[in-house]
Amino acid sequence: MTPQLVIFFVLATLAIAGALSLILQKHPIHSALSLIVVMVALAGLYLLLGAEFVAAVQIIVYGGAIMVLFVFVIMLLNAGIEEHTNFSKLAGYAGVPLGIALTGFIAAAIARSTDTVQAATTGGNIASTKQISTMIFKEFVYPFELTSFLILVAIMGAIVLAQREK
Amino acid sequence: MVPTNYYVILSAVLFGLGVIAFIFKRNIISIFMSIELMLNAVNLAFVAFSQSKGNLDGQVFVLFVIIVAAAEAAVGLGIIILIARNRRSLNVERVDLLKL
Repeated sequence: MTPQLVIFFVLATLAIAGALSLILQKHPIHSALSLIVVMVALAGLYLLLGAEFVAAVQIIVYGGAIMVLFVFVIMLLNAGIEEHTNFSKLAGYAGVPLGIALTGFIAAAIARSTDTVQAATTGGNIASTKQISTMIFKEFVYPFELTSFLILVAIMGAIVLAQREK
Repeated sequence: MVPTNYYVILSAVLFGLGVIAFIFKRNIISIFMSIELMLNAVNLAFVAFSQSKGNLDGQVFVLFVIIVAAAEAAVGLGIIILIARNRRSLNVERVDLLKL
């Protein structure tokens, strides 16, 4: 067991525990806090992979901005414990087996994969922030500009949706 | 070093948990959060493959996924506020206008 492997298993356990907690908690605010645990654990995994910039963006944008928006909306709408209405029987009997089957198929496909996928991660030194920024502003400059347009449309859409009718 | 396999299997497990949460949650905000969980699981696979191939395309894609998720969160939460205002409930079982 190398130190990296120990850190990986600690963070992976934290992420899976957070995801399970998201499912099991009844109150949306508890689900939101569980999701923050998952996101911070994933940021740690990105650091372990040597992707510092993605880890920082994960913390700032996901943990900071998006989750604050979620918590804000939960408090704005005063969302309480989720009520149990007549639960769809199909979801109960087919949902969990199908979800587990999906995970199993993906995991089995990965486990049987060739050596190229199993190659150990190099970690560090290839992923500098400088190289990422060069790629964004050279190769991916048109998609990048399109995302700014997308954000603008999303902001206008959110304002139009949320404004009260006169 | 940690094999890439482990990261991708973790990503698959998180995605499966996201799917299960999406099916089982009744609160519309919790359903939205399970979508974010699935997006996060995909991002982990992107970064793991990017590092194992020594190719930075995956990390740039993750940034785009995060941008789109932020836009999606803004619009989606606007829709949620609208639903909560019109229906006085956050339960998806009560939002059945398109149901036969």
